[in-house]
Amino acid sequence: MSKTSAIPSGVTGATLAKDLRLEWRSKDAINSMLFFSLLVVVVFSFSFDPNAEESRQIAGGLVWVAFLFAAVVALNQTWARELRNQVLDAYRVSPAPANSLFLAKALGNFIFVAVLEILMTPLFIMFYKLRALGPAWQLLPIAALGTWALVVNGTFFAAMSLRTRSREIMLPLLLFPISIPALLAMVNATTAILTGELSAKFWIVLLSTYNVVFTIVCLLLFELVLNAE
Amino acid sequence: MTMRRLFPIFGLLTAVLLSYALYEALVAAPTEQTMGNVQRIFYYHVPSAWTAFLLFFINFVCSIQYLVRSNPVADKVTNWTVIAIAIAACVAAFVIHPLPQGMEPSSVATTGLAIAGLYFLIKKYFSRERVDALAVVSAEVGVVFCTVVLVTGPLWARPVWGIWWTWDVRLTSTLVLWLIYISYLMLRRFSTSGQTPVLAAALAVFGALDVPLVYFSIWIFRTQHPQPVIGGGGSIDPRMLQVLLINWLAFLCFAGLVCWSRYRLEILRRELEETQALEALLEPRSPR
Amino acid sequence: MKQFGRFAALRGVSAEFAAGRLYVILGDNGAGKTTLLRALAGLAHPTRGSISILGATDVRSVCHELGYMAHPSLLYDEMSGMENLRYFARLYGLADSSRDADNMTALGLDPALARPVAQYSQGMRQRLSLARALLNDPKILLLDEPFSNVDVRSARAMVALLAQMRDNGKTIFVVTHQAALLEGAADEFVWMEAGQITHRSRELQPVETR
Repeated sequence: MSKTSAIPSGVTGATLAKDLRLEWRSKDAINSMLFFSLLVVVVFSFSFDPNAEESRQIAGGLVWVAFLFAAVVALNQTWARELRNQVLDAYRVSPAPANSLFLAKALGNFIFVAVLEILMTPLFIMFYKLRALGPAWQLLPIAALGTWALVVNGTFFAAMSLRTRSREIMLPLLLFPISIPALLAMVNATTAILTGELSAKFWIVLLSTYNVVFTIVCLLLFELVLNAE
Repeated sequence: MTMRRLFPIFGLLTAVLLSYALYEALVAAPTEQTMGNVQRIFYYHVPSAWTAFLLFFINFVCSIQYLVRSNPVADKVTNWTVIAIAIAACVAAFVIHPLPQGMEPSSVATTGLAIAGLYFLIKKYFSRERVDALAVVSAEVGVVFCTVVLVTGPLWARPVWGIWWTWDVRLTSTLVLWLIYISYLMLRRFSTSGQTPVLAAALAVFGALDVPLVYFSIWIFRTQHPQPVIGGGGSIDPRMLQVLLINWLAFLCFAGLVCWSRYRLEILRRELEETQALEALLEPRSPR
Repeated sequence: MKQFGRFAALRGVSAEFAAGRLYVILGDNGAGKTTLLRALAGLAHPTRGSISILGATDVRSVCHELGYMAHPSLLYDEMSGMENLRYFARLYGLADSSRDADNMTALGLDPALARPVAQYSQGMRQRLSLARALLNDPKILLLDEPFSNVDVRSARAMVALLAQMRDNGKTIFVVTHQAALLEGAADEFVWMEAGQITHRSRELQPVETR
């Protein structure tokens, strides 16, 4: 009987498709996440008066901190399905490469967090009467790069925290310090576009560098972390 | 054991050196023109910073070694990379004109060689398990010294510049470094895996890659939003430099002392665990 | 030797197993049976010592010839049986799903059943888990408690299937408390206690009282 070896992209695709399908079926996680995002926006609007002049200056920061909270909640349940019934063992025993699993999970998280961002953004625009004084189209690559920066490390550290006690708190504990340069870049780039005062170019370059560096490191080290029983 | 004899001698030497350094810093060093006596905290703040950075760098080297030494191919590649870095540093020192402010050709070359020297020294004298013990030790002691930096910084800044904190490049990078290593120590403590060293080493690699990015990002941020810089740059009175270096030497000796005893403690703790495991191996277990 | 912190789960296990046999591993709880199986599956790395499987010392390199089944079902509760098998088949690079259907039927499961695994009975779940372990037609099967909560008739059918596979050249390791089920089919019984193999025998003898 001929056996084809597992094609990495095939495995990534199959895993991603499975995750998306399962997310869609049990809408529990999505619904609670959506509601949580709405709550975050509302709470922020109460805490930081949208009518004040300064709001436009800090809106960039506000939006990204809100996205960060939503991302952490999403990331914490990345591996929940694989932990039930120890499905992760089935994956580890198979010849499927560890990196394919990582990429599938990271892409799944990216899509998930992106959906949340797409839902939270109009609310922020509404509450804070935001207008982009700079080139607004640049916000799209900034959002994409920023989200990937959070998600790629977040997925990795979520896997790391599987092997710890107090799993839910370990993830942000590990993620936040490492994400500081990315956060700085995201916030400043967004503020630059919103206020139109400065160029976001440097920040976009920094974000891209951050993403390249950490995506490579995550791919190199994930197998070790997955098998660290 | 040599420990019994050398340790007290080294301890005494350190005590003498620290006292001398303290005297130099508080009494003998010239008073600074603008800041007055408060400036003397500088002799405490800066050497702590250098010591902390050195210790964290040792942790980084240990983490890399722990990760690559299990795989002969990766090990060879890393060896050659380290040598390449040293050579590149020497070449760059004399080829690149002009060097960024504050960097002398000799210091760049020396740093490159020192990095390679440190890497191979650690490789030679520490086995893979002990390299991990050294990683734990350097992280813990490094955090202590880093805390000193973060506490003395604001203590210095408040009377002199009127502010407790500023988001300047150095302070912020030091804060992030401190945060990363606190999370490193927490990971070590909370890990339930049998392969905690692997996880911790991976985190250290993340941290090491992150800090330059932090430094660079704050640097760009500061060029866009200038604010006061604590500590200032510029030239330093040669007598002050001398006191600074004496203090650094004293701090290094003290750090060495603490690391040494912590390391012995760690090695003993691991040996105890192994002995207990072996004992359990030989004893018959009670039937369940 | 496999050590978890201060607890040595396996202590000095040194053994050879031949191909094409059905081995039954017995012992009380905590004897180290599961750890041994996990080490063979490549899930647990020995703290000291080495494992050689199919001529390779790195279990990962021969993992496509291994099938593993554990006490947790290793299945996604939210997917149906066929969906589960199809997904895991992709992990092994197998695109052909007809064999999965055959495996399921051979174990008494309906491939067309759209119910999620969460709604299966425990016995059905065990059988599906075995089907998953057989996906890649492995040369070596590692089964941890395959008969728990399975009714006697289905269990006997499973044993017959295992014996047939052994006759076709597969090597099978079964960890179980229900050794009597395998009395006719097993080639050798292996007793473990306190992390070591105490004795091996071709026959199932009554457990000695201590």
